[in-house]
Amino acid sequence: MSTRLADHGRLIDRTKAVEFTFNGKRLKGFQGDTLASALLANDQLLVGRSFKYHRPRGIVAAGPEEPNALVGLGLGGRFEPNQRVTTTELFDGLSARSQNHWPSLEFDIGAVNKMMSRFFPAGFYYKTFMFPRAAWKHLFEPVIRGAAGLGKAPSARDADRYEYFYAHVDVLIVGGGIAGLAAALAAGKTGAKVLLVEQTADWGGRALVDGVEIDVKPAAEWVAKTLKALNSMENVSIRTRTMGAGVYDHGYALAYERLSDHAPETTGPRHRLWRIRAARIVTATGAIERPLSFAGNDIPGVMLAGAVRDYALNYGVSVGDRTVVVTNNDDAYLTAIALARAGLNVPAIIDARSKATGELPEKARKLGIRVETGKAIGKVIGSKRVQAVTLAAQAGEGATLEEIKCDAVAMSGGWSPVVHLWSHCGGKLNWDEDQAMFRPDPARPPLGKDGSGFVIAAGTANGHLAAAPAMMDAYAAGKRAAAEAGHKAAEGGAAPVAKSESQDRIEPVWLMPQGAAYKLRAKTWLDFQNDVKVSDVQLAALEGYESVEHTKRYTTLGMASDQGKLSNINGLGILAHSLNAEIPAVGTTTFRPPYHPISFGAIAGEARGGLFKPVRQTPLHDWHQKNGAHWEPVADWRRPYCYQRDGEIVKQAVTREILNTRQNVGLLDASTLGKIIVKGPDAGRFLDMLYTNMMSNLGIGKCRYGLMCNENGFLFDDGVVARLTDDSFLCHTTSGGADRVHAWMEEWLQTEWWDWKVYTANVTEQYAQIGIVGPKARQVLEAMGVKGIDLSAEKLPFMTFAEGSIAGIQARPYRISFSGELSFEVAVAASEGRAFWDAALEAGREFGIQPYGTEALHVMRAEKGFIMIGDETDGTVIPQDLGLHWAISRKKADFLGKRAQLRSYMQDPDRKQLVGLKTEDPEVVLPDAAHAVEGPKRENGMENIIGHVTSTYYSPTLGHSIAMGLIKGGSRRMGEVLEFPVAKDRVIRATVVDPVFLDKEGIRQDV
Amino acid sequence: MLILTCPYCGIDADETDLAPGGEAHVTRHGADASDDDFEAYLFHKRNPRGVHFERWRHVYGCGKWFHAARDTMTLEVFGTYPAQTLVPPKTLQTKIKKKRPDWKGFKK
Repeated sequence: MSTRLADHGRLIDRTKAVEFTFNGKRLKGFQGDTLASALLANDQLLVGRSFKYHRPRGIVAAGPEEPNALVGLGLGGRFEPNQRVTTTELFDGLSARSQNHWPSLEFDIGAVNKMMSRFFPAGFYYKTFMFPRAAWKHLFEPVIRGAAGLGKAPSARDADRYEYFYAHVDVLIVGGGIAGLAAALAAGKTGAKVLLVEQTADWGGRALVDGVEIDVKPAAEWVAKTLKALNSMENVSIRTRTMGAGVYDHGYALAYERLSDHAPETTGPRHRLWRIRAARIVTATGAIERPLSFAGNDIPGVMLAGAVRDYALNYGVSVGDRTVVVTNNDDAYLTAIALARAGLNVPAIIDARSKATGELPEKARKLGIRVETGKAIGKVIGSKRVQAVTLAAQAGEGATLEEIKCDAVAMSGGWSPVVHLWSHCGGKLNWDEDQAMFRPDPARPPLGKDGSGFVIAAGTANGHLAAAPAMMDAYAAGKRAAAEAGHKAAEGGAAPVAKSESQDRIEPVWLMPQGAAYKLRAKTWLDFQNDVKVSDVQLAALEGYESVEHTKRYTTLGMASDQGKLSNINGLGILAHSLNAEIPAVGTTTFRPPYHPISFGAIAGEARGGLFKPVRQTPLHDWHQKNGAHWEPVADWRRPYCYQRDGEIVKQAVTREILNTRQNVGLLDASTLGKIIVKGPDAGRFLDMLYTNMMSNLGIGKCRYGLMCNENGFLFDDGVVARLTDDSFLCHTTSGGADRVHAWMEEWLQTEWWDWKVYTANVTEQYAQIGIVGPKARQVLEAMGVKGIDLSAEKLPFMTFAEGSIAGIQARPYRISFSGELSFEVAVAASEGRAFWDAALEAGREFGIQPYGTEALHVMRAEKGFIMIGDETDGTVIPQDLGLHWAISRKKADFLGKRAQLRSYMQDPDRKQLVGLKTEDPEVVLPDAAHAVEGPKRENGMENIIGHVTSTYYSPTLGHSIAMGLIKGGSRRMGEVLEFPVAKDRVIRATVVDPVFLDKEGIRQDV
Repeated sequence: MLILTCPYCGIDADETDLAPGGEAHVTRHGADASDDDFEAYLFHKRNPRGVHFERWRHVYGCGKWFHAARDTMTLEVFGTYPAQTLVPPKTLQTKIKKKRPDWKGFKK
């Protein structure tokens, strides 16, 4: 029975009771508790069910390495699944629910899986769920999805706020134990800018639990003194509840600060993601204890020895009245001694080593604790909690020598330095035979931009398990980090002297007892969260998996949300033994950030809602919004798709806009059109290289449509170029292409033709551009009041522009048309856009002017057979495919894409070419991207596809559907009828026609 | 996340401020190129393990293109220099040779 002790508990405040609920049950804890310690204080040993076999599971650890105790925390917009109880600080009103069980935690139907464990071996999924294919969809997947997964995803929108912080420091120190504090002190004294982060709410780490002395005083006194010193240094910042999450290239690091998880009612952000650049990073991240592998090591009540000690001394909680300690090292004796001193019973210390004669074992014996050397736990007896263990010889197969009654087991398989942050960016490890652990190899650190190592492991994380050498190492690391960041050490900075009880050598034990029979091995857990047993790893080895990376994926060892913090080394030990290889020869798996799961909220930061991707708005946005705009995203812009009037559906609005523009006059906000000025003595020469046609011979005041291709010959942007002066051009681009085209121009100017005298400027947002389009367009402009421009067809013919004043606004009307109608696209200063728009509406009222949106624009351009970049092009289309030969110069020696278009494949007459498509039934509109098929099916049973629809609409002007498509050898297929199967029993037939459906001669636009 | 020093504005720029542009010092082959030359220009890009010359643009900074010489394996940056050159600066080549004696030298 786990319970609260009458004394001990340095982290809790017994005067401040806190209420919380677990599965709806009201429970009490104290301020300073973690959810784990509070649950244990209430004898809630069982906290969850395992992933695969739904076995009852309890708390194993006291820190972020906890594999079992995951719960759903909070409610509604603050619900979060899979939260570790060991890293959750208790607060008043906390609500937690256990997960992965049905119908209840105490009684779980899925637990029958455990009877089936013989039939769920490693690679079970790979072996079983292969055939038939159809069974996947209807049988396997629903069952697996139903049974799989840990917690449930939240259903409400996250109620909290998150943010980023940016920090640039000389030295980042991760870990606030005595090593991290010492490193910070050493680095801080040099004047270097230091940031020290600690993942928990408290400083000092394990030293305060393990009775370490510093400078001949209890460690706590030194910690308090050091914190005071660090706080007084202006160059040092220290943060608790901030975890070093990841180390990346060139000294980039992420830290994860939890500001209000422990106090959810606080205002301000909940989490903060620190994006840090550090010249040097010191990892003082300590070590994590390994479990031992014996049968039943997953039964609630079996816990890491260090965690048992933490709960007793930090929180005043005993895990059991009678605790058996099982170990292969001296460190676990600290637990036995602590428990005995707290008045609890330790029936036996079971030590796998043949002798235990060090300082700590002798101390334990003096306290009257029975020490059994050369022994093992044969198995744990119990199901939802520990009832007893059997004592066996470590050398044997597990025959019971004696049954020892107990309600808790404290296990220690030794300690593994936390090398994650060292390894994230490529730091290498060495196997330390003496201490049976991987530790950072100082000769192979992760390298920074100058080629030197930028991560320094310190203290226990560097493999110094005892306090004295850890302290010396960490202080030196802090000093060195600062020096390498350019801050030389001050005089007289000697390292503090730490002292702890001496410990004898560990003896690696990967299986207990070493010859355990299959029955025992099949109940011996390596990875608690993913339910991987010793027998699974052995089976993987037997089936030929030699690489640790493959074994990991086959068995799922270490792939759970704890990323194998407890299981990886033990699994490696088993695998190495099975393969008869040395551990370093088998190697480790890759360590990847984050060290411990961080919230999606922190990763997203402020980038949500309106800030996720800011919307670009034209100067007329507000008017559109107030006048029925049905919005459409166009690249980063929002454009009106159409303007709905009362009682109108979208389709009706579009039809009205088209007919009104064709019959009267329409008004279009074309401000999103890209506008780039290209200026300089070589501007014409430059544009001749960029466009497929000639631009250098364009007359001043004239416009020309141009195409841009990449070096592969593929068309990627189009638009009208206007020659403003002898040495300057204005290039219009597609709405989405302005930035891309501008960058394209700069790339060629800077990296290829850098001696050409050309300057470019993207002036897209400097202008509002408004199209006045339709047979009555000229009348509208005249009614607006024109000064200095003759709008007549003779003086301002098609494909020219002029400058002057319209409605009292300085304006530049271009006679260009994307609709086939008489059209003036008028550019005015962005700030004058709204005034011009209002004036056009006012003057146009008597002519029936109406604004139109992008859909009307699309339909009208399709009626005219004009291409749209992104519809008729997809990055594999050359202008010749689109029948645009007329826009490709034959005179120019070179242009971007010319050589590529000469390739034999590009000359193939069977390439897909643009055609018009007229459906047999004029009311039927082909679906977008419908495939045209021809002839017999191919060998694989698929239809023989000869092309697809690129643009398709109903044309209200013509009274029938229109479409364009890219069809194999299309230009030679005029009059052919093609088949478009659009559903199982439905084929649409359409005739290949000229893609220009309306006014092929271009009379309407040229008046 | 790399840091590269922009040779124009002198800023130590984070990778998020930069846009990569592939191999540097590629010779453009235009309209009259042979099939082999054009194929090599378009498709045969070097991607060595070790010393490499790359194009980068300080896109969220001064907007300039520049070249970086770095080790693709260790991520060590030997230097950056303006893009308006056909070959890496001599001093930089000497520096790389000193740091990587096995390096075969710059080849077009």
